[in-house]
Amino acid sequence: MTAELWRLTAHEAHEGLRDRQFTSVELTESVLARIKSVEPRVNAFITQTAELAIEQAKEADAKYEAGAATPLTGIPVGVKDLIVTKGVRTTAGSKILENFVPPYDSHVYEQLRRAGAVMVGKTNMDEFAMGSSTEHSAFGSTRNPWDLDLVPGGSSGGSAAAVAAGECLVALGSDTGGSIRQPASLCGVAGMDPTYGRVSRYGIVAFGSSLDQVGPIGRDVEDLATMLDCIGGHDERDSTSNPEPMPDLRHYLGREIEGLRVGVPKEYFMQGMEPGVTTRITETLALLEDLGAVVDRELSLPSTEHALAVYYLIAPSEASANLARYDGVKYGYSYQDGSSMWENMETTRGHGFGPEVKRRIMIGTYALSAGYYDAYYKKAQQVRTLIHQEFQEAFKRYDVLVTPTTPNVAFPVGAKLDDPYQMYLNDIHTLPAAVAGLPALSIPCGDSDGLPVGVQLIGDFFQEGKVLQAAHALERGMPWANRLPQL
Amino acid sequence: MSLSKEQVHHIARLARIAVSDDDVEQFAGQLSSLLDHFSTLSAVDTEGVEPTAHPLPLGNVMRADEPAPSLPLEEVLANAPEHEDGYLRVRAVLE
Repeated sequence: MTAELWRLTAHEAHEGLRDRQFTSVELTESVLARIKSVEPRVNAFITQTAELAIEQAKEADAKYEAGAATPLTGIPVGVKDLIVTKGVRTTAGSKILENFVPPYDSHVYEQLRRAGAVMVGKTNMDEFAMGSSTEHSAFGSTRNPWDLDLVPGGSSGGSAAAVAAGECLVALGSDTGGSIRQPASLCGVAGMDPTYGRVSRYGIVAFGSSLDQVGPIGRDVEDLATMLDCIGGHDERDSTSNPEPMPDLRHYLGREIEGLRVGVPKEYFMQGMEPGVTTRITETLALLEDLGAVVDRELSLPSTEHALAVYYLIAPSEASANLARYDGVKYGYSYQDGSSMWENMETTRGHGFGPEVKRRIMIGTYALSAGYYDAYYKKAQQVRTLIHQEFQEAFKRYDVLVTPTTPNVAFPVGAKLDDPYQMYLNDIHTLPAAVAGLPALSIPCGDSDGLPVGVQLIGDFFQEGKVLQAAHALERGMPWANRLPQL
Repeated sequence: MSLSKEQVHHIARLARIAVSDDDVEQFAGQLSSLLDHFSTLSAVDTEGVEPTAHPLPLGNVMRADEPAPSLPLEEVLANAPEHEDGYLRVRAVLE
């Protein structure tokens, strides 16, 4: 029995642990063996923590013995490597943090540990979460478990690939412009970006502070709800953490969606979309109607087309300020052989950052600089207001909006590396909700020539429950749900 | 929109990033092309539209001002490239 335990979802594994069919140590050993077998091909982790995992699994087994277990107790998880973990190296995918060992825990990791989850490793990512393919990692690219010649998406590509490959049952990612939903879509798993402020950013390596949000990646919707129940809620150590009460999200699962008002914004169905993606989304909308939802395909959100420019000006601007802290003085890589402090600092950053991070810092620096601020940064913030207002108008008439998560399926490694704009276009459907701070998730809805296609559901602020309810109803009607790749 | 090599050097200096001549060549092309794509925003009518800095602004966030222990100094300094007597050590700023 123990040989294939890594195939279980978190909720299936919890039932098995609760009913004493196996122990967390057995479950964890199964996952660690799976990592050993597939990791040389997938490269989903930057740091593996096998010894720590076994220790934590033993503690989890004691919790089950003591009747103190909760749904994540004893469950092997992957943690994106920008989530700080005390005593466990945290690199954010960057050479500049290659040897950084945090002296404290992030809020989300504290919550996972309080629940008794077992960490099997820190997952690979685009450097500082800047990328859509996990190729911009200083620790080598992650490969898509469905086809090892393809990218897993990004920036949480390590987390998404690890879940798809059975190298952990669930994982934490972070989403700034689509970094959970896009890799979830490309790897055929589920991933959710909660409402901005729902999850504390305390102990998250900062990228774009008005956009960054931690969220779960799992094999199904129930696991997303369980993870978000664990990590969400107010934390006074993050001043942007929202005090809005956190409902029990699992409570929304299994409910009917008769009468659910669904809006389908026309702007998300564009020229050049992969036909297989269009087909699967069309089928998904028909399934929603079969389930009793009222689907309006005529919704228009005209500012959608501007979300890409808005995001790629605002996020780099915030990044240029946030990444000023990497100066070679306080922590991280430090060049020491220059003739002056400034030379050392500039060389530290020149050597320590990869090309995409430098590009973004420079775009942001330019957009914020004297003479260009109004034309770029302020203009982007104003258009951000228009995007926000269009969504707010839409949510007066609809409960959820449904779109493709990405216009295409996974693409070959190296295909878009030399053209930043082509890479940015991968995020075109995930950026608008990110810019507006809305909760959104992606679930698998079928395949296009054997590669996973994702559907995105967007909700109003703090309506994670409604989004999960609709996604759960859809998932039960889909033949694709919970399929694993052959590896 | 086309950024000159001099402009790229200037931006890199503002951002405190050392760049090689090859970097400058490549960044000038890539950054110019990105700014071209982003210039579509200039056509959007934003007359009288307030900028959004934050999707869900919370004002005056306060917590009780209660003393709590800080992280142990030796653990914090363990990541510092150079330190001395409990302080971070830097090169002379003024020379």
